[in-house]
Amino acid sequence: MMVAAIENGTVLDHIPSDRLFDVVSMLHLEKMSNAITIGFNLKSAVMGTKSIIKIADKYFTDEELNQLSAVAPNITMCVIKDYVIIEKRTVEMPEELVGIVQCPNPKCITNNEPMKTRFRSVAQGKDIIRCCYCNRDVELSDVRIVE
Amino acid sequence: MKNRSLVTLAGHSREKIEYLIRMAQEFENYPNRRLLAGRVVATLFFEPSTRTRLSFETAANRLGARVIGFADPKVTSGTKGETLKDTMMMVSSYADVIVMRHYLEGAALYASEVAPVPIVNAGDGANQHPSQTMLDLYTIYQTQGTLDNLNIYMVGDLKYGRTVHSLLMAMRHFNPTFHFIAPDELAMPAVYKRYCDEYGIRYVEHQDFDADTISDADILYMTRVQKERFADLDEYERVKDRYLLKKDMLCKVRENMKILHPLPRVNEIEYSIDDTPYAYYFQQAQNGLYARQALICDVLGFTLEDVVNDKTIL
Repeated sequence: MMVAAIENGTVLDHIPSDRLFDVVSMLHLEKMSNAITIGFNLKSAVMGTKSIIKIADKYFTDEELNQLSAVAPNITMCVIKDYVIIEKRTVEMPEELVGIVQCPNPKCITNNEPMKTRFRSVAQGKDIIRCCYCNRDVELSDVRIVE
Repeated sequence: MKNRSLVTLAGHSREKIEYLIRMAQEFENYPNRRLLAGRVVATLFFEPSTRTRLSFETAANRLGARVIGFADPKVTSGTKGETLKDTMMMVSSYADVIVMRHYLEGAALYASEVAPVPIVNAGDGANQHPSQTMLDLYTIYQTQGTLDNLNIYMVGDLKYGRTVHSLLMAMRHFNPTFHFIAPDELAMPAVYKRYCDEYGIRYVEHQDFDADTISDADILYMTRVQKERFADLDEYERVKDRYLLKKDMLCKVRENMKILHPLPRVNEIEYSIDDTPYAYYFQQAQNGLYARQALICDVLGFTLEDVVNDKTIL
């Protein structure tokens, strides 16, 4: 299936299909009025299936995009201008993920106080993050996003 | 101002740990002083813990501080729905330092982020218990003359046992070899084994607990296997007596070996062991006083030099 090219905007590719709706909500796409094309469950040689999002006339900050690493560390982001890719990179895990990931530990202070969660990457190259408060490790595949 | 709170020892350098041990030695030599005269120490126990609270309050009292606080969480506003932040802000306006025990994990770090006065973590859920760790480190140093290159055997409940987790992390500077002796249900959690791997700490896991297994131990750190930790009570009945230390199991141990236990003990160390030279758990509890005196003074900004040159010794 082909997804139409956009003239200007941002393309997010290699999104695991089961994380598509997390990405939509983390970027608040449902509240935008821009033209957005979403490809869901597309065939991928590497991933089996993947999803892709094309957002016309919208550019994100590094901070906005890097938070996506909490659910999908291998998303690629392309910046398009006049149908040309002028920048392409993968999202990078920021030093801290603040207020994004919900701690799975019911006895963690973050689930019992009105406060933001804080997670750090355990080690580079490992898909595990650690709650700064209760020290619980969470695999990225199990991450739940703060509602 | 730099936040001097003590939330965990995990981030402390080797030098900082040795510094606190030296400070605790000073307090062991002269525990009664007026160093904290005019100060107010708050002890907030959102979860009851009589011996930790008594130890902290004794430490503060023997240094001349006044102590306020609560021992029973039922009397606090938390039960009325007050947030921890609000409680911290309120108590910070009364006290110079807050010693806090809380049932939620991460509560101490959060308190240290919101409170204007330093926090001493007296245990937060299953997470950290750094004052226990400090007294354990002090006791290990006192009995072995060093913290380096020791064989440390941890026995019993290694899953929920907060003290063993904190000790494991703090020992990373000292090239230890850990031996974990526990039933499957209460084995050392993967996160702490991963921690060992991250820091190149050697560890061996055992299920047997007998004279041969512990013959190379420098420190035998016993913990209680608690019935309430088991979902399957048959399983509890099956393993409960497998991790009891009996006197005849000490026949092959090293001369320098010492048995530690965070207390309270139920039956996991046979009472006849108390009279052997290996038993050290009561001295360990006493060391809690000196370690906590050092920790309270450190977070309040007193240096080792201040303590050495202290003119308020009684």
